[in-house]
Amino acid sequence: MLETLGKDCITFCANNFSLLSFIGETTLSLLAVLLQPNRARVRSVLHNVQISGVNALPIVGVTSFLLGIVIAYQGADQLRHYGANIFVVELVGYAMLREFAPLITAIIVAGCSGSAYAAQIGTMLVTEEVDALKTIGITPINLLVLPKLIALMVALPLLTLFADVLGVLGGMRMANNKLQVAPHEFLARFGTEIPIKTLFIGLGKSLVFAIVIVLISCYQGFRTKSNADSVGQQTTRSVVQSIFIVIVLDAGFSIVFNLLDL
Amino acid sequence: MNSGKIEPEARKDDYVIQMQQIYTRFGEKIVHDGVDLQVRRGDIFAIVGGSGSGKSTFLREMILLHKPDSGSVKILGMDLDDMSERMTKDLRQRCGVLFQKGGLFGTLTVSENIGLPLREHTDLDDVLIDQVALWKLVQTGLQSESASLYPAELSGGMLKRAAMARALALDPELLFLDEPTAGLDPTSADGIDTLILQLHAVYRPTIVMITHDLDLLWQVTHQVAVLGEGKVLAVGSMMELSQLENPEIRACFAGARGRAAQEQASNLAANHTINVNDKKVPAWKPK
Repeated sequence: MLETLGKDCITFCANNFSLLSFIGETTLSLLAVLLQPNRARVRSVLHNVQISGVNALPIVGVTSFLLGIVIAYQGADQLRHYGANIFVVELVGYAMLREFAPLITAIIVAGCSGSAYAAQIGTMLVTEEVDALKTIGITPINLLVLPKLIALMVALPLLTLFADVLGVLGGMRMANNKLQVAPHEFLARFGTEIPIKTLFIGLGKSLVFAIVIVLISCYQGFRTKSNADSVGQQTTRSVVQSIFIVIVLDAGFSIVFNLLDL
Repeated sequence: MNSGKIEPEARKDDYVIQMQQIYTRFGEKIVHDGVDLQVRRGDIFAIVGGSGSGKSTFLREMILLHKPDSGSVKILGMDLDDMSERMTKDLRQRCGVLFQKGGLFGTLTVSENIGLPLREHTDLDDVLIDQVALWKLVQTGLQSESASLYPAELSGGMLKRAAMARALALDPELLFLDEPTAGLDPTSADGIDTLILQLHAVYRPTIVMITHDLDLLWQVTHQVAVLGEGKVLAVGSMMELSQLENPEIRACFAGARGRAAQEQASNLAANHTINVNDKKVPAWKPK
């Protein structure tokens, strides 16, 4: 019993340590690339922007549009009781821009792209491609992690912005139907009542989520053992962990922003 | 393969790989318990041993993919314990590695795969790199049409050849082959045997390989090291090893398959020539 506990403790610490050292290595390589921008793999970054960003547009768009509708719909009843119909603008605006757009986008991207990252790296480990990279003299992190990191740090905030727009559109549609708030009224109030800060808080969060998703997924990918089963396990683990940490971080952000009065 | 062991005096101590007192362990399991091994320049050197004898790990330690727990490894005169990043990069450019599963990048075509080391380490322009890649490709016996194929579209034998072409891209002094004939049908495996001899005749690299393939061992290798019980049990030519009495060594080479391979090898040696680009050149002379 004690022995198992001790062993689990050691494994846990070792895992955390290796995650930290992975983050450290990635940071160092990122700094090296920032100091010598001509060594950046621009093609690979653009490719990743397309895969994780452009290709996720439809699903992110539909989901956040529906989310906007749901928020307005749920709020409609309560607001109508008090004749506070027009406050649906604040409801949808704050909820989407601050919370739901960054969160839902990050969750979708963790599902689509994060799993793909882990699976790609895991498969490359099994087929000895990662070893081959090393022997050719290419640091795997430079080729496999950095382009994804840079690409997602660009793509996820942009996707979040897209989700903001569609979410608000969804809310606006519902406001028109259920609360008789016409689109032009909605937009006029949106412009005066929702500060630009709200948008940037959401986008800032999505930048952090992007880093978390790439680091966790790639880290789990690199932990793949040399068999095909392990690729599946690590892929699942990468999605579960990155979604979990994204939500925990989001909760943390709420508390911190509250304390800071943002 | 056993006659005339005359060595030029100058080459005698010219070791490209020197491994001393290597200890490696994975958890509780001790894989290497003080292994010493030296490989002379220009040799075709094979490492054999039962499964779990740590030969793959041993190879990985030579190509800087795994660090032994203790012991010193010197490759091409460089001490791996004491390497700057630049030296590591330099050493990697002088070594070529053929992985057991090929290790070709699935997202790149064969030609891009072969050109990758050149693109990474040289300033050659793309046209020239493609030409070099094509030349390496043809040299390893592939059709030039396969340049534009992806690794998934190649057969097992072609995959090994393409991977070999990539390993040769930077004209390495040291070539590491991990099970070059594993998983191939006998014809393809014979083709790889010949290919290794041809490449050795043309480039004269030092070749270190891991293999179980008795045909390959008899026909191609100069020196063979048998790993077992965490140590090197014996080093010598195939003929020398086949006469040893140690049961663990006998287990590697004896039996019907071993005898057949030996016979075939002596037939082959009688010919003494192999084809290199349609020209007959003297086969590797047994030492």
